[in-house]
Amino acid sequence: MMNKKSQEEVLTGTTIMACTYEGGVVLGADSRTSSGSYVANRAADKITKCCDRVYLCRSGSAAHTQAVAGYANLYLNQHAVELGQKGCSVKTAANIVKEIAYTNKQWMNAGMIVAGWDAKNKGKVFVIPMGGTLMDVPFAVGGSGSIYINAFVDRNWKPEMTKDECKAFVRKAVSLAISRDGSSGGVVRTVTVDEHEEVKEFVPGNEVPVYQDEIRSTGGVPKVEFVPVP
Amino acid sequence: MSGVGSGYDLSVTTFSPEGRVFQVEYAGKATDNGVPCVGVCCKDGAILAVEKPEETKMMLPQSNRRIFTVSRHCGMAVPGKLPDGRQIVSRAHQEAEQYKRFYGETIPTKVLCDRLANFCHVFSLYWSLRPLGSAALTASFDDQGPHIYLSETNGVSYRYYGIAVGKGRQGIKTELERLKLGEMTTREALKVVCKCLMRQRDESSNKKYEIELAWISEETGREFQRVPEDLAKQTVEDAKKEIEQEDSDSDMEA
Repeated sequence: MMNKKSQEEVLTGTTIMACTYEGGVVLGADSRTSSGSYVANRAADKITKCCDRVYLCRSGSAAHTQAVAGYANLYLNQHAVELGQKGCSVKTAANIVKEIAYTNKQWMNAGMIVAGWDAKNKGKVFVIPMGGTLMDVPFAVGGSGSIYINAFVDRNWKPEMTKDECKAFVRKAVSLAISRDGSSGGVVRTVTVDEHEEVKEFVPGNEVPVYQDEIRSTGGVPKVEFVPVP
Repeated sequence: MSGVGSGYDLSVTTFSPEGRVFQVEYAGKATDNGVPCVGVCCKDGAILAVEKPEETKMMLPQSNRRIFTVSRHCGMAVPGKLPDGRQIVSRAHQEAEQYKRFYGETIPTKVLCDRLANFCHVFSLYWSLRPLGSAALTASFDDQGPHIYLSETNGVSYRYYGIAVGKGRQGIKTELERLKLGEMTTREALKVVCKCLMRQRDESSNKKYEIELAWISEETGREFQRVPEDLAKQTVEDAKKEIEQEDSDSDMEA
């Protein structure tokens, strides 16, 4: 399905994952957006908020997944107002993303993971691969880098991990994928969602573990000063 | 009430100088003068009951239904004009189905009843339409527990512990207020609700009538169902007997 035009399109050759632990979920992703062999963005944020306590990991076309995330956000905000609540259930968010993905499957190139926490079902992960299936799973990986870590994740995920164990697990998995997949790289971002808070963190590029005697980067992510426009 | 409108009641798009829309109020009369319907919320569920007069001897009993299932977890009784009420039920079917399809979850009762009230209200905004002569008395069981809602033709939708509409509603409401429905199970409340309904009947009238009962509770697995035929029959007979007993007791005291 890849024609010349899509090579020019900005893609998130990617590693994304999400997994449940005792009391919440951890979402993880790399930060490389590539357009062919050109790295369009080396510090992208592929974990987008859909609504309170619900996040979406995006892989595939950056444009398609950003549009889907925008629509999901719109519908979920309206839904929350109709319900008179602050957020929505993870199942609802996943269903909406699935409806968009399935209805537009002919034109879309998007594999997504919806994960979060809600009061009724606690931590939940839903994966929506290309084509628009919806699956309720305890953990999921996606993107071009996921093939290298499927076996690792299958073997090492255990139910009822603690929050720190889960975060370490996600970081290790994503960094393993980064070391083998040319389309994944940069920093390892994580979002941890539970009943009380949503915590966004990242492991800078020079601190991401290496596995193949790569030369470690020394510079890391440069500090960017924000200068307000006068 | 006829004559009060005088000129301001000819169209649904006309306000009176006091700010009333008479056509909507007249539509409400269709419900007020219609068959008595009762909905109550109990400890573990909700009950709907409708008392229907037998229109003709030639009609098969239980064929003139007034209580409809909207979805697994929700059902509705329809007072007033039955055909108008069926429009509301049909809309409720669609709303429940589309909500499930898009959001992946069963429609919360509050959302459904608010949407139905909005639906009824729309008919009072256009000159080419007339308001519906019915209301939606909804019973359901969702994550927040059992619900009874009344979505009226004028567009309001409220939640109730217990509510009666139709002929004799004032008397039924008075009786319901005396009961501690929150402490009864649906099984216990069935007979009590029947009695409230039947007591409002005109005693001198010998017309035959039929009571349609439906419920939703923990016992039914949170599924809206008609009360099983033998139980319904038994309940109505027991209620009748008890009323006769109480009447003769009160006669003796007098």
